[in-house]
Amino acid sequence: MESLTFRHTTKTPLAGSKPQAITGVVASGNLEILLERVLPPDTCEVAIETPVSGYGQVWEAVVADFVARAQPGGLRISINDGGARPDTVSLRLLQGARLMEA
Amino acid sequence: MAGPDRDRLSWYEASARQRLDALLDPGSFTEALGPAERRMSPHLPLFDLPRAFDDGIVVGAGVLDGKAVFVAAQEGRFMGGAFGEVHGAKLVGLLRAAVAAKPAAVLLLLDTGGVRLQEANAGETAIAEAMRAIVEARAAGVPVVGLIGGRAGCFGGGGLIAGTCSRLAVSEGGRISVSGPEVIETNKGAEEFDSRDRALVWRTMGGKHRRLIGGADAFCADTVAAFREAALRLIADAPAFDLDTLVAEQDRLQARLDRFGDCRDATDIWARLGVNDPDAVPAMDTPAFEETVAHLREATHDAR
Repeated sequence: MESLTFRHTTKTPLAGSKPQAITGVVASGNLEILLERVLPPDTCEVAIETPVSGYGQVWEAVVADFVARAQPGGLRISINDGGARPDTVSLRLLQGARLMEA
Repeated sequence: MAGPDRDRLSWYEASARQRLDALLDPGSFTEALGPAERRMSPHLPLFDLPRAFDDGIVVGAGVLDGKAVFVAAQEGRFMGGAFGEVHGAKLVGLLRAAVAAKPAAVLLLLDTGGVRLQEANAGETAIAEAMRAIVEARAAGVPVVGLIGGRAGCFGGGGLIAGTCSRLAVSEGGRISVSGPEVIETNKGAEEFDSRDRALVWRTMGGKHRRLIGGADAFCADTVAAFREAALRLIADAPAFDLDTLVAEQDRLQARLDRFGDCRDATDIWARLGVNDPDAVPAMDTPAFEETVAHLREATHDAR
């Protein structure tokens, strides 16, 4: 297993006040994402556990793109990966952010 | 999710969390040991396998059409819904809590291939503990109703757990058995059971067969609304857990063995049951199938 953690500073906090959400399932080609509103409003941390080693740079790029698009300030995001492709990861992250905005 | 969308949601396609969300009265579910508590498997990292925050089972309390219920839902897509140490402990804990809390029922949304091989000893123990806990809940007057219609079916120890429930509802896609098709073929050969013959698998283990022989007490269309309606009906007519029920169950199983023990195929059993056209059963839609079931004596009983 490879553990990766990325910490970003955002321009704004994520809208809404939902404290927690989870989406996705740890299955082949899928992943689960747990979002918790527990960090300072200008901070987002994404922690990933993946059985597929050696893709740190891809994860870094996908997470950076998500943070730039969603501005998920205040969220700690934890990922259990089941070997998801980058496009699936990106969609799940945006889906998770949307759930937290509700 | 709005009303009609909740009702029409496919049970087979939905995740464990989606099923609970759509099954229970809106906003009524309170989860115990939720994902944020991160009670994950201590064993899977040894095998370099990913974990799930809830270890593949969602447990808690909710309201079903105004009745307080306890619920457990297995996620069939995470490791085939299989039982590990934490997964099993969450189910056992829920059932034991039900003895004290006395909800109107415990609903088990089973979706499992059995025991997780990576933590098999803990998983097998969990199955045994869960069966005992179900019996204790039933003895305390709390019906335990199994709802089976997920993609993993209900196999291995999950099939044993199903056998201890007060009542079972199953959909066509739900399968109930102990040894799965591949397991039987591996041990007994393809002549005994060809696991690639999907029609054979479905008519031997599928929901229609289980309903016809009384192994399941309700047959549901593949929607949340159908499972909700079945759950409410089965809670209402769950048998008392007493000596009379156990004797009736023993008699029912003995009579089934005597009557069908020499049959070579499920269609032989259906013919002997009195189904007019056994070969037509697999293609029947839900209303036609329910009409067929209504004319059979074995399908309805007060045992279990």
